Amino acid sequence: MGAEPLIRLRDVAKVYRSGGRRVTAVSNVTLDVAEGSMVALVGPSGCGKTTVLKILAGLHQADAGEVRIGNAASGFVPGHDVGMVFQQALLLKWRTILDNVMLPADILGLPRRAARARARCLLELVGLHGCEDRYPYELSGGMQQRAAIARALLHDPKLILMDEPFGALDALTRERMNLEMRRIWRDSGKTIVFVTHSIQEAVFLGSSCAVLTAGPARMADTFEIDLPVERGLDIKTTEAFGGYVRRIYGLLGLE
Amino acid sequence: MPDAPGPTSPPAPPGGADAAEAALQRREERRRTAWRWLAILVVHVGLVLAWQFGVRASGLPAVVLPAPTDIIVTLAKQNYAWADNTWVTAAEIVGGYLLAVVGGVVLALLFSWSRLLTVAVFPVLVTLNMVPKVALGPLVITWFSYGLRTNMLITFSLCVFPILLTTLRGLREVEPDLLDLVRSLRGSRWAVFRTIQLPGSLPFILSGMKVGAVLAVAGAVVGEFIASDRGLAYLMIQVQSSLDTPAMFMAVLLLTLLGMALYLAVLLLELALVPRDARR
Ligand SMILES: Nc1ncnc2c1ncn2[C@@H]1O[C@H](COP(=O)(O)OP(=O)(O)O)[C@@H](O)[C@H]1O
Ligand SMILES: [Mg+2]
Repeated sequence: MGAEPLIRLRDVAKVYRSGGRRVTAVSNVTLDVAEGSMVALVGPSGCGKTTVLKILAGLHQADAGEVRIGNAASGFVPGHDVGMVFQQALLLKWRTILDNVMLPADILGLPRRAARARARCLLELVGLHGCEDRYPYELSGGMQQRAAIARALLHDPKLILMDEPFGALDALTRERMNLEMRRIWRDSGKTIVFVTHSIQEAVFLGSSCAVLTAGPARMADTFEIDLPVERGLDIKTTEAFGGYVRRIYGLLGLE
Repeated sequence: MPDAPGPTSPPAPPGGADAAEAALQRREERRRTAWRWLAILVVHVGLVLAWQFGVRASGLPAVVLPAPTDIIVTLAKQNYAWADNTWVTAAEIVGGYLLAVVGGVVLALLFSWSRLLTVAVFPVLVTLNMVPKVALGPLVITWFSYGLRTNMLITFSLCVFPILLTTLRGLREVEPDLLDLVRSLRGSRWAVFRTIQLPGSLPFILSGMKVGAVLAVAGAVVGEFIASDRGLAYLMIQVQSSLDTPAMFMAVLLLTLLGMALYLAVLLLELALVPRDARR
């Protein structure tokens, strides 16, 4: 890697206070994310993955540890440099697909003409060419999620955060979206941090992988996934792929 | 704005076959709608005809049950001032109703913005909602004397609660994740309101407005029944004492038409403002 990472987390902790109770959601997360990489966060439910993403998005302050986003080579403007994708597409029902993709431009007050042109290009990038004037209910779940990805890219943020982005899709659509996501990542050149419950998905999509263990989240391990850049679904049957999957199973105590 | 990423080979989006199917479906839907309207028309015309010939055949006096033609001819009676009275009642309905729409929506906005206001005032409103508004009529007239404005007020009190309550529900129904998305862009509370809350609650506002539209006519009628010197319901009381039953029917018919016109206006507004999937 050599170069300075875009994200640097050191012993980050987060405690929620709700109704007098304290819930330690994250206890010591240490993670480097290289610029232009796609990092998978894997771990059991409730281990604090969403919390880590929210800290990266600037929605929560860490209670302890060091959080640094941006480096000398590329600054990081909070608000402008984060795009988010959730498990649900969360498209606005009353807006067309194109206008949904435009949402960040409305909020950030970007010039509309340029943003519109970019939204059209992004819809093409995610494979929704021709759907600009449709309404969300006319699209399948997978197509809606593509639109949500285009929306996250609209303001050209440096960092894309995805929280179980394909968790609500059926198995086949999910496989297709995995393939698409590799392509979108490479074509857009973004730094992506995504959360997944699927170990297969983590290994297939990730250029590196961070494994967290439950209650409260601790970093079990972080490693590069050294598979070919060009990945087809058939890669899942290879020995190297199986090796990474087994490694994660081991870290999660499932072996 | 930086360069957009170049287009790559996307998988074929839904193409021609899909569009043809959709067109076929739309045509089928239009055909079915046409049939439904035709059926409605036939049933209504049939009922009126049956009414007309039934009354004539039975020889019932018009004081008990007038035939449709007996009702229509009352329109010719100049001293009933149909146009003026209809106009007055329409003004009461529309005035009170618009007041309720503005008042209901503004109150809902205030409640959604201020936690304190919600805690302090909302319970009172819920209690007030339990009061049968119609029973307040004599009181309102005692306070404000009778007239157009008083009847608007009674209409307002009847319509405002459903509009307020549904609007409030709409404003509160925001996905937490969507809120996070806007906040991750450093969007202000105003941005959330403008882009998500307000348009999102529009279907709710309109559904409250539909409920209100049905109640609005009742408000004006009650007001005129209790005390008034103009309006269709006032006219009904007058012609009742002279046993002009056909004219009473005519007044009811005109009141019904006023209610339908208001409801239709709201429906058209909904059609124009709310995309199909978001309607309630
Ligand atoms: N706003 C909150 N208030 C209190 N506790 C929370 C809150 N958000 C999350 N938690 C708790 O923190 C822990 C981690 O949550 P989360 O980050 O959502 O986990 P994950 O995304 O890995 O499932 C869970 O035990 C959860 O109940
Ligand atoms: Mg989560």
